[in-house]
Amino acid sequence: MKKKILMTGNEAVAQGAIDAGCTFYAGYPITPQNELTAYMAVHMPGKPGIFIQAESELAAINMVYGASAAGARAMTSSSSPGISLKQEGISYIAGAELPAVIVNVMRAGPGLGNITPAQSDYFQATRGGGHGDYHLIVLAPASVQEAYDQMFLSFDLADKYRAPVMVLGDGMLGQMMEPLQLSAVSFQPSAENKKPWALTGCAGRSPNVIKSFYMDTNELEKFNLNLQKKYALIRQKEQRWEEIFLKDAKTIIVAYGSMARIARSAVHALRGKGKKVGLIRPITLWPFPEKAFTKHLTSNTRYLAVEMSYGQMLEDVQLAVGKAKVDFLGRAGGGVPSEEDIIRRVNG
Amino acid sequence: MDKIYSHPVSLRDNSTHYCAGCGHGTAHRIIAEIVDELGIREKVIGLAPVGCAVIAYEYWNFDCSEAAHGRALAVATAIKRVRPENIVFTYQGDGDLAAIGTNETIHAANRGENLTVIFINNAVYGMTGGQMAPTTLAGQKTATTPAGRDVLSHGFPLKISEMLALLPAVKYIERVSFHSPQEIIKAKQAIKTAFLNQINNIGFSLVEILSPCPTYWGMSPQKSLEWIKEVMAKEFPLGRIK
Repeated sequence: MKKKILMTGNEAVAQGAIDAGCTFYAGYPITPQNELTAYMAVHMPGKPGIFIQAESELAAINMVYGASAAGARAMTSSSSPGISLKQEGISYIAGAELPAVIVNVMRAGPGLGNITPAQSDYFQATRGGGHGDYHLIVLAPASVQEAYDQMFLSFDLADKYRAPVMVLGDGMLGQMMEPLQLSAVSFQPSAENKKPWALTGCAGRSPNVIKSFYMDTNELEKFNLNLQKKYALIRQKEQRWEEIFLKDAKTIIVAYGSMARIARSAVHALRGKGKKVGLIRPITLWPFPEKAFTKHLTSNTRYLAVEMSYGQMLEDVQLAVGKAKVDFLGRAGGGVPSEEDIIRRVNG
Repeated sequence: MDKIYSHPVSLRDNSTHYCAGCGHGTAHRIIAEIVDELGIREKVIGLAPVGCAVIAYEYWNFDCSEAAHGRALAVATAIKRVRPENIVFTYQGDGDLAAIGTNETIHAANRGENLTVIFINNAVYGMTGGQMAPTTLAGQKTATTPAGRDVLSHGFPLKISEMLALLPAVKYIERVSFHSPQEIIKAKQAIKTAFLNQINNIGFSLVEILSPCPTYWGMSPQKSLEWIKEVMAKEFPLGRIK
């Protein structure tokens, strides 16, 4: 077993990606994720790792497109304004059905905003973000350890479904240091990771083409229907969440990422006072873990959506619970709902 | 009797969708011939642009990828870095390479990526309906410069090949033309050099081709060739730039 080390979330994501077999990274500097890029610059180069500081976010995501087309496990990272710039490339990656991992260490917006943590890119991440009918698989780590572990999962899911996966963190998680248990095993390519569609030169086979253009309308519609089938399968198979104290809960708090850690503290404090409170922490934001709600749905359960944004995840909670009552507590632009805010809201 | 001319294996036996007198068919064909002659069909990876040539992979018989408008050299950079043993080229128009993709072009060149770039300059946007391109000539009428390009408000024809030649990591740039069979032979030589440079690890090589677009120049195919020779090649002089 490898020893425990102390790392920031940003560094853990980078080390996790390397251990998960990522051999190509391209990025452009932006706070609060610069430690990730810098870590990659130190640890990626050499066989077989490739690091490129791109001239722009557009170039970085298109380099990821190219590296993935050539068969590499490829990723980029950025923070909110940079992720907006990458949307064109992400749409092309989804359209060309290429596996890729995109890390968004969210900061407060809109516009330039500032570098304080926020969760305001929830809609952009979970609804697609760019043009066209597509989804990203979106994972939301809540600790440095989970950020590391999710890099393995994100590359595996990307390969499995030939789809872009976003790891959605925030500045708080990116900057915080926690003990981390590194994986004893690193990624070894197996038969499951074979990519017969990749561009390798057409020796011994007919040519491969990576594309998202369909001149014929029927063909494009057929392609879209196939994409929707893939998304339906992902919805069915890949919902992930953590639940605490749900069995007898009268109030269920819903929160993800850094916000879920504060919510968890509030839940423990409230339980200490005998309050029947539970927590659902979505680990996949898309697909949203609806199953967690249908499993526990009772007519008199009250829900409280807590987020560092103004009612974005709230909409998914409302869709998941139907007619049940959903309260909302949210701050953004650098404001973070505190443990006391949550306790007051549950009691009030 | 020796057979000296045949259909290249690297060119599929498909009719192209290009307009009468368009230069793309010629460019596709000579690239296919060169790929055959160099024996690299099973190693080559082509990047098709957004524009009239977006389905170039329907005509070439080797591995290809589309790239988003302007991003071909970012995509190609990564493919070549991941697979240095493959031969990677981009095929880009003037809007793609010298307007929306200027940044990607300059930085791939400045990094000295070992790539081959085929740059089709026809001084107009074809697929979108004949709008002004960065290389549109002064006075040239287009859909978006109905009174002709006024350099004082629309800017001057952009000489991106000359700009790129200033970069220390760029190894080879030549401007050629399709206005006569003799010039097409020279163009083929230049493109072959650009591929050989990659094979020999020499580095970033670009061939700019002055190529006819009779449809959006509002000229007959024959007149278009004369216009390249008499007008366009005066603004964009032919020959080795670097």
